[in-house]
Amino acid sequence: MSDAVVTSAKSSDAPLSRLQLALRKPGFLIGAVIIGFSTLLALFPSFFAPYDPNFIDYLAVRQPPSWAHPFGTDMLGRDALSRVIHAYTVNMQMAILATVFALTIGVTIGALVGYYRGVADMIFGRVVDAIITFPFLVLVIAVVAVLGPGLIKMYIAITLVGWVYYARLMRAEVIAQMGNDYASAGIVMGYSDRRIIFRHLLPNAITPVIVYWMTDMALAILLGSSLGYLGLGAQPPHAEWGVLIAEGRNFITTAWWLSLMPGIAIVITGLGFSLIGDGLADLLRPRG
Amino acid sequence: MTDHPILEVENLCTTFSRGGTDLPAVRDVSFALCKGQVQGLVGESGSGKSVTLRSILGLARHYGEVRGSVRWQGQELTTMSERQLRKIRGREIAMIFQEPMTSLNPLLTVGTQLTETLKAHTDLGRRARRDRAIEMLDHVGIPAAASRLGEYPHQFSGGMRQRVMIAIALAASPKLLLADEPTTALDVTIQAQILDLILKLADEMSMGVVLVTHDLGVVAQTCDTVSVMYAGRVVEQGDVRQVLQTPRHPYTEGLMRSVPQDVPPRTQLYSVPGTPPSLFSLPEGCAFAPRCQAAGPACQTARPTLQDIAPGRQTACFHPLPATQEDAA
Amino acid sequence: MTQTVMKIDDLHLSFPVSRSLLDVVQRRPGKSVNALNGVSLELQQGETLGVVGESGCGKSTLARCIVRLYEPTSGQIHFDEQNIFGAAARKDRSYNRRVQMMFQDPYSSLNPRMTTGDILAEALRVHQMRPEAEIAPRVAELLDLVRLPQDAAEKLPHEFSGGQRQRIAIARALAVEPEVLIADELVSALDVSVQAQVVNLLLELQQRLHLTILFVAHDLRLVRHVSNRVAVIYLGRIVEIGDSETLFSAPSHPYSQALLSAAPSLDPDDKGAAIQLEGELPSPLNVPPGCPFHVRCRHVTAQCRTVIPALRALEGRGEVACHHAEEINQHA
Ligand SMILES: Nc1ncnc2c1ncn2[C@@H]1O[C@H](COP(=O)(O)OP(=O)(O)OP(=O)(O)O)[C@@H](O)[C@H]1O
Ligand SMILES: Nc1ncnc2c1ncn2[C@@H]1O[C@H](COP(=O)(O)OP(=O)(O)O)[C@@H](O)[C@H]1O
Ligand code: SF4
Ligand code: SF4
Ligand SMILES: [Mg+2]
Ligand SMILES: [Mg+2]
Repeated sequence: MSDAVVTSAKSSDAPLSRLQLALRKPGFLIGAVIIGFSTLLALFPSFFAPYDPNFIDYLAVRQPPSWAHPFGTDMLGRDALSRVIHAYTVNMQMAILATVFALTIGVTIGALVGYYRGVADMIFGRVVDAIITFPFLVLVIAVVAVLGPGLIKMYIAITLVGWVYYARLMRAEVIAQMGNDYASAGIVMGYSDRRIIFRHLLPNAITPVIVYWMTDMALAILLGSSLGYLGLGAQPPHAEWGVLIAEGRNFITTAWWLSLMPGIAIVITGLGFSLIGDGLADLLRPRG
Repeated sequence: MTDHPILEVENLCTTFSRGGTDLPAVRDVSFALCKGQVQGLVGESGSGKSVTLRSILGLARHYGEVRGSVRWQGQELTTMSERQLRKIRGREIAMIFQEPMTSLNPLLTVGTQLTETLKAHTDLGRRARRDRAIEMLDHVGIPAAASRLGEYPHQFSGGMRQRVMIAIALAASPKLLLADEPTTALDVTIQAQILDLILKLADEMSMGVVLVTHDLGVVAQTCDTVSVMYAGRVVEQGDVRQVLQTPRHPYTEGLMRSVPQDVPPRTQLYSVPGTPPSLFSLPEGCAFAPRCQAAGPACQTARPTLQDIAPGRQTACFHPLPATQEDAA
Repeated sequence: MTQTVMKIDDLHLSFPVSRSLLDVVQRRPGKSVNALNGVSLELQQGETLGVVGESGCGKSTLARCIVRLYEPTSGQIHFDEQNIFGAAARKDRSYNRRVQMMFQDPYSSLNPRMTTGDILAEALRVHQMRPEAEIAPRVAELLDLVRLPQDAAEKLPHEFSGGQRQRIAIARALAVEPEVLIADELVSALDVSVQAQVVNLLLELQQRLHLTILFVAHDLRLVRHVSNRVAVIYLGRIVEIGDSETLFSAPSHPYSQALLSAAPSLDPDDKGAAIQLEGELPSPLNVPPGCPFHVRCRHVTAQCRTVIPALRALEGRGEVACHHAEEINQHA
């Protein structure tokens, strides 16, 4: 009993107080609640959804929102709320899978070219210039057009284009960190390049990348559902917000809720990630 | 020294609040300055030197609470409106900052920055302003002044930029110059030139100078009087020769002895033990007590106030050091 | 008794200046900053060699070359008879252990995300200074050596003052049991009383551990206090080098004379003793021909404008690079 008190008192002074400070900011708190709840919905959709998302009921097609069906029903009489909730699984998965590989690859390449510079950096500069002249969406669609539609292929396409943005950010941060004497000290101490890059520079350089990652997850959901809407991403009957919006598109005048509700889900989740990103910047800054 | 003082600072206190707690950055600073006199403010970093300067000019009150009185030629500055202060700043009282790079606007030519000051503070016409600008640059020792009016700050070296800063500060012939570490960022050779320049101008224009520095050598070479600050308070002040040659406060003495001059080479230097206290948790009695070798029981509980110990000489210590070596014996 | 541990030979280093678009359009040739223009010196076992000079004269560049942070354009550095820029020496990590450097800025030289304990342990592990079990006790020993409290090991750099951070940097350098320490403006960012504490520590450790120290600083009094010998650098060249006391009490080169007299004396009665130097350090972008000091020198002659004076021994003094050293010092 008294042991527990001692440990909790100890652990509360350093890292927790920072988290508490961040949570005191309304933006970060709201973001954390949204993303926390979204994650729960994504992990346990059946627990939250009132109906089976694929249960077809021809007797109740395109019903407007009611107590029994808060988001109404679609053209096959499926419960729209349950479909939006089940879509969380795919869309939250998108947020992660469409970004995490770009993040890993981009951070690694950015750190390496930022540290070594030289020829590799020049080539990198050219690649970046070439890729960022095209709008992101156009490039992704071009890659999907080559690979063909489908979720996995969409992840590959987004990763192929998206790593550049992470790498560019990481490179600039690493170069800035190299200006600090602790990096020079590492070289003088005879530490290996790998140790200097990954143990010293990376933890100090990664904060803006993590913040960008949060906004990128919001973008990934938007992009993924856009592709879903265009029929290039998730395929029906998969419940996915873009697919749901596309399904409702033909009934926009008569059954507007079918497109509106998934749209709101996209906006709220995106907002959640952005709010968390802002708060994280403070949370991750080294103290001092 | 029978002159009437132009600047009188009395019981100046500046408090910042940080995270709900009060931070006593400056406490009970008092001094007076006459025409043509150079007054030094020395002390370790964080002792309140810059805040004192900023409080005099009414800058500190924007982000802290300033109490006490600052009288400039009889006028009270601490209660003066911002509009009235603006007329005094630049025209009667000028200030130069430590970092010459950041206090000049990189996007404007040196000439523009100089003439702008003149436009704001004098009634000179266009031609007269230009002539005065050239005269000022010439005055601070910038060769080929006329041709350099059109250049930008980055085309000047650090020492030159500091000269330009001084030229701008002195353009309107102020009667008081507040200089915050004007040479700390410069090399000794340039420092010598700049200090010489300030002294020469102070003399020619019979301008008072308050010079903030942490270098006791600079104080010795330029100031007439000096105040030594510790944890926001003046612990000793008076004529520069007396204070430096026979310090009466243990802290002043410690500072003087830490400088490696006239010590056998490669021997241990004297150093004041410990570190300065945090302003958040100052000791109850004398702020220097935890580091003071002369501390007695009184020092732990009561705070010494600044007392006259000789004509024009004050110290805040219950057990001041003897006035001369003979007295000690 | 004196044994040379490091020999620096005619070191040159120039940094290319990136050309602006205008330069490229106008086909102006690429410029370069000549930071070092032929520096030669020897470090003797157990001595402290002070290096002084104005800002931008190349002190840090020299220090960084010695620890291989910079690659010289030409010239060599031999340590223990081995060329440190040679292929064999580069593969061998031991140079990085035997020669350590400490930096000026106590706020950027420590990784802000590592505790003091981690910083010291890392140095010990990488160079396998101790078996794993002895690392913690050795960290404690090092903290003790630089007089930091034991609980310092768990703290992050931001929890320390500038002086304490420089002690951590010293402890990190000493962790690997080096023979040579390069101290670049080690105490310049600190207040006098803290300076004194750190300098005392350095002097004491040098005696105890028989260290050879290159002490770079612009504070002349401090350099005089800690050094056995002193080198005065001007525009990337040594203009005078010699025994510290001799050099400080009777500088022979006109630049050393001006530099030393510019340091403000603590004695208010000493006013106005300074030799005023005309102008400022010329830009290292275009080092003047002949004697680099000739644009500011009071004793300049025609010869000085064209012929570079070599460093040569002056009777009763150290080595001086000035054509007219004899005449100048006769009158003194
Ligand atoms: N990485 C670099 N790239 C380009 N120029 C450099 C670089 N490092 C130093 N220089 C230049 O080399 C010259 C010598 O610089 P150095 O840092 O050695 O001077 P210093 O004597 O240490 O001065 P300070 O007292 O200001 O530290 C300067 O003109 C500087 O601008
Ligand atoms: N704007 C500010 N807000 C809060 N505290 C400040 C501010 N400016 C200065 N201080 C604090 O006031 C004290 C004195 O600072 P300063 O006068 O700048 O010291 P120095 O003697 O180095 O010039 C320090 O503890 C400093 O942190
Ligand atoms: S009052 Fe006491 S503690 Fe303070 S300086 Fe004087 S002797 Fe020392
Ligand atoms: S060589 Fe000539 S210019 Fe150079 S220091 Fe000697 S006298 Fe002066
Ligand atoms: Mg200050
Ligand atoms: Mg340097």
